[in-house]
Amino acid sequence: MSDRVLHVENLTVDIPLATGILHAVDGVNLHVDRGETLCIVGESGCGKSLTSLALMDLLPTKATRKIKKLELGGESILGYSEREMSDVRGNKMGMIFQEPMTSLNPAFTIGNQMIETLRRHRNLSNDAASELAKRMLEKVGITAAGQRLGQYPHQLSGGLRQRVMIAMTLLCEPELIIADEPTTALDVTIQAQILLLLKELQSEFDMGLVLITHDLGVVARIATRVAVMYAGQIVEEGTAKQIFENPLHPYTRGLMRCIPVPGKTKRGTPLGSIPGMVPSLIGDFTGCRFADRCELAGDVCRQSDVPLRDPNGKTQAYRCIHSIEMLAKGGVA
Amino acid sequence: MLYYTLKRLGLAGLVALTVSFISFGLLYISSDPAIAMAGETASDADIEAIRQLYGFDRPILVQYFDWLQRAMSGDLGKSYYFRTDVSALIAERLSTTMTLGVSAITFAIVLSVPLGVAAAIRPNSVIDRIALFLSVMGQALPSFWFALMLIVFLSVTFRLLPTSGSDTWQHFIMPTIVLGYYAAPAIMRLTRTGMLEVLSTDYIRTARAKGLRPRVVLFKHALRNAVIPVVSLTAVQFGFMLGGSIVVETIFALHGAGFLAWESITRNDLPTVQGLILVFSLFYIVLTFFADLLNAWLDPRIRIN
Ligand SMILES: Nc1ncnc2c1ncn2[C@@H]1O[C@H](COP(=O)(O)OP(=O)(O)OP(=O)(O)O)[C@@H](O)[C@H]1O
Ligand SMILES: [Mg+2]
Repeated sequence: MSDRVLHVENLTVDIPLATGILHAVDGVNLHVDRGETLCIVGESGCGKSLTSLALMDLLPTKATRKIKKLELGGESILGYSEREMSDVRGNKMGMIFQEPMTSLNPAFTIGNQMIETLRRHRNLSNDAASELAKRMLEKVGITAAGQRLGQYPHQLSGGLRQRVMIAMTLLCEPELIIADEPTTALDVTIQAQILLLLKELQSEFDMGLVLITHDLGVVARIATRVAVMYAGQIVEEGTAKQIFENPLHPYTRGLMRCIPVPGKTKRGTPLGSIPGMVPSLIGDFTGCRFADRCELAGDVCRQSDVPLRDPNGKTQAYRCIHSIEMLAKGGVA
Repeated sequence: MLYYTLKRLGLAGLVALTVSFISFGLLYISSDPAIAMAGETASDADIEAIRQLYGFDRPILVQYFDWLQRAMSGDLGKSYYFRTDVSALIAERLSTTMTLGVSAITFAIVLSVPLGVAAAIRPNSVIDRIALFLSVMGQALPSFWFALMLIVFLSVTFRLLPTSGSDTWQHFIMPTIVLGYYAAPAIMRLTRTGMLEVLSTDYIRTARAKGLRPRVVLFKHALRNAVIPVVSLTAVQFGFMLGGSIVVETIFALHGAGFLAWESITRNDLPTVQGLILVFSLFYIVLTFFADLLNAWLDPRIRIN
């Protein structure tokens, strides 16, 4: 178990709103090993960002986090004070955000922002930190790195800024990197480059990577394991192979129908979509959250909460009352 | 930065020129300067003589350049009322006004920036409420009333401070408080909103995700960006204080430039009014210029394209 980088049990995030309490994240369990890439997928608003912020303990102030277990590198960081957490952030776990255009401070040079991160966690001279920062910029494929250190964020393109963000996050060689849709805001060609870069660096530094994305194409290319989220819960979890080749949960199966597969999907056949809407997560909710959009749903589905289960012990867990056989025969697919 | 500075400087020069032309023109818009100078009882011949003597009969542009040349060498003409050099008159009064202005703006900044920051860190907290209360009071209280209350308590009841005059630094305490408190609410509110806005930006989240200490996040990453609009506002406020502190100067009998302006307007002392307008405007221009430079230094997006 020594290479387990992240272990999360029963994470819940509630946000009080004027109309009631929003149960944005509900009972999420996650684990990531060294060298492993866990992709979290799910449609907009299902709680992916809140989950990642909760891991960093950076939720918006009004949100409350409840969590049973939170271990980083085998050590529980659950009871950590804000001060202790800040020693962990940027040091043992780092985060890359969706918006490279606004994620760097416009008032300071790239060098300044990188050096301050290093010197916060390492006892280094300014020159030594600057040298390390420069080398890290080179590592993420930035040319004329020495010169870039003296530049301001607005002088760089979006792709370059995201590279800078990645370099900055890697400076202290964290065990875990959480990347929340790191390429969504970028051009398609640059998206691929950045993902490839992340993947390379991850194996080079032997880190755990949690990658949040809506893009199933990305997941197929880089995930070791996949967690599918729906309405604040994980509805299915397994290895990338399992999820793509043998999706169980009706929602996952629906998602898979939304992507064309080269060679398999015939030209001209319409891509699937999942009809219906995500239920409101404000207030109490019982039963399967996907029931209203599910072709297999019956009264039982709505009567009590459905646990995430792995009946065959094959590391593929799903949150549905129906049996694997029944699902595989495919009421939906 | 050099290019930006030069550009701003050029712009400031142009504005100054325009302002000088307007303030020169003032003399002509209001009335015939020869009549004003000669006085109400003067005969037509006297007026004509004055017109010749002072060159009011020449083309207006010629007069303007003549005036500008003299103004630049410090000659702003003679006051109709005091019969002394306007520039000497203004210089004498300006030191009082400057002392008051500088101390008042300092007081306002020292009071409102920390309060604005504290209010933004904890919105709706006790300190935020206090800040809101103070700023509503500051905006609602008429300066003269506040000044009188201070005089009643600090001078009359407790005999701590002198009521009027400008002889010692103690004389400046109450005027500073009144004038500074008048400027503080706007600065405080802008600091608070700026801070609130900046604190919710992505780069603050990044700073926290890097593990930076709250102190560094707040004072390095947030404040630096939040004060940019505050700098411009403070410059404008300071400009107002120099020209518009008439009420305060009157109540505390601080005979500064604002008071002089008011006196001169009521006396129809046009050269003095003209000189004051010119000086006040130039102050504004210089202040804005420095505020722009300070902002460019704070925000690299302004200085580097
Ligand atoms: N600060 C907040 N205040 C109120 N509601 C919030 C806040 N942040 C998130 N939410 C709500 O919580 C739910 C989950 O949000 P989250 O940002 O985690 O979604 P997401 O899965 O990351 O979506 P996306 O793919 O669009 O980024 C959403 O319904 C969102 O509206
Ligand atoms: Mg998100």
